[in-house]
Amino acid sequence: MARQPYQPPRQGVPGMIIDSLLMLVLVFFALMAPAWIAEWRAAHEPAAEAAATDGAAPAVTWEELGQNPTMQSAWEKLGKDPAAAKEIIDHRFDYTIDIVKLLFVAALIVFYFWFMLSSSAREYREVIAERFGDKDQG
Amino acid sequence: MTTTTAGAGGERINLLKVLGPAHIWGLGVGIVLVGEYMGWNFSVGKGGALASLIACWVIGLLYTCVAMIDSEVTSTVAAAGGQYAQAKHIIGPLMAFNVALYLVMAYTMLEAGNAFVAGDLMKTVAGQLGHENLDSRPFTLLVIAFLAWLNYRGVFMTLTFNFIITAIAFVAVITLFIITGPWLPGVAVTHKEFLTGLPYGWIGVVAALQFGMWYYLGIEGTCQAAEECRSAGRSIPLGTITGMVTLIIAASLTWYVAAGLMPWEYLGQAYTPLYDAATIFGNKPLQAFLFVGTLFSTLASANGCINDASRAWFSMGRDRYMPQWFGAVHPRYRTPFRAIVFLIPIAVVAAYKLPLDGVITFSILSGLLGYTFMSFNVWRFRKLWPLGTIKRGYIHPFHPLPAIVLFILCIAVYFATFLGYADYLISILVFFIFASFWFAWHRYKYVRRGDQFTMPWPRPKGL
Repeated sequence: MARQPYQPPRQGVPGMIIDSLLMLVLVFFALMAPAWIAEWRAAHEPAAEAAATDGAAPAVTWEELGQNPTMQSAWEKLGKDPAAAKEIIDHRFDYTIDIVKLLFVAALIVFYFWFMLSSSAREYREVIAERFGDKDQG
Repeated sequence: MTTTTAGAGGERINLLKVLGPAHIWGLGVGIVLVGEYMGWNFSVGKGGALASLIACWVIGLLYTCVAMIDSEVTSTVAAAGGQYAQAKHIIGPLMAFNVALYLVMAYTMLEAGNAFVAGDLMKTVAGQLGHENLDSRPFTLLVIAFLAWLNYRGVFMTLTFNFIITAIAFVAVITLFIITGPWLPGVAVTHKEFLTGLPYGWIGVVAALQFGMWYYLGIEGTCQAAEECRSAGRSIPLGTITGMVTLIIAASLTWYVAAGLMPWEYLGQAYTPLYDAATIFGNKPLQAFLFVGTLFSTLASANGCINDASRAWFSMGRDRYMPQWFGAVHPRYRTPFRAIVFLIPIAVVAAYKLPLDGVITFSILSGLLGYTFMSFNVWRFRKLWPLGTIKRGYIHPFHPLPAIVLFILCIAVYFATFLGYADYLISILVFFIFASFWFAWHRYKYVRRGDQFTMPWPRPKGL
């Protein structure tokens, strides 16, 4: 015999609005946080500031950029001169690994899945008990 | 989930069962085909052209595991709602809440990326026609608003529209491939001149796995429309499998043509690489066709994304994981209209405020969290209902090998994302942690416990 069904409270309109807005705010912060961090970094990195105030960049050639004639032709067809191409070519990822940050991210992932799975397991037992009855009742 | 839903006034209204295999193909390929038109090429930026190809194959293995696992669980959990319904029946409500949020985030971010690219394409073409500095944002907003309206009006019209424009976009990829004549290497496509090895070494190959996901991300979304299929048992597998074949062909053609036409540095940051390939080739009608193909692929993808994201949000409203107000079906159009409207501002903010690679990263990470869930979901599924205890539509071979491989590859993609996009990874993890706290400590009290298990199965073993 299944246990007495749980009767959830009825949520009023103000509560629904607050919950909906809260989710919107959470999503908005999650989306914007990397952009804000990037802006903050750009504003606080002395190297970037110095580069920005250096004035006009010296002229470069395709050869200096390591581009063969076929590549050069493709850049030109795409409307890019050597200066514009240099900006793209110079943009490189830095794959130096910050061990502390890596461990922090790993800890976040482990904590997230641990919390989710342990809470889900507890909730799931309630679902099963209501659907099939408590275990000792068969 | 059942096929009957509560309407706004408490009446019972069904979603319309009007979709066939072609619509499912259009929905799945429509969502993912845009990945051949844009986004995949950021993997070139992270590791070079060869790294992108390796990532395409490795991530292909990840998706093979996803397909094997998902086929068994979806064919057995015959309730609509895809992975969300699976999580409710196998792991528990908080996991289901998170899975639904993964779907909403993955599809809404993809929708935002599509709208962004559609706007940027208009700007590019306007520039080529002599109208420099066109503001792309009104086009972006127009795409989101028009497609939301289309979805609001009805699923049949929406997915019929998707089927047509997806087919045109696919023909455009094939046309590009044929006209550039890749079987004559050195004439138009010259890989010998453009392939420069691995500019970042093997760490670049690992880093490229992140955007390698973009070749296939979202194909599993076809099962979201199960509730609206005339015959879900036939339409979902047929539409999904033909969709995967289509995508594998399109991905291979895309890489081959693009990597043989432009330098990897340009390709790695381009918003519209196939349109750029046609521009380099210098054939005006081809360029015009690729313009149409790019535009249609973004529209088809955004359209499918609104469809899927709104249904995931609607399902949460119906099950009270979110305010019940979202669980309403439009009395006339029979669509989850409130969920459709609610998600619009999220897509607009993402499209206006984030860079394209950032939007895509959010989408990829949401999908990746869902694939991580699948790896332990199937393990628990086999444990709670061992083979022979319930009827399975399909039993995937070599269990638990696919789950182990999937889990390991998921960890590799988390690490790949950490390389260059760590802030995005941290941000989305913090979001899901806070959302989980909110659900566990506040929202769960509104959920009817027994309603979360609707399959006619025996009691799970050991519980």
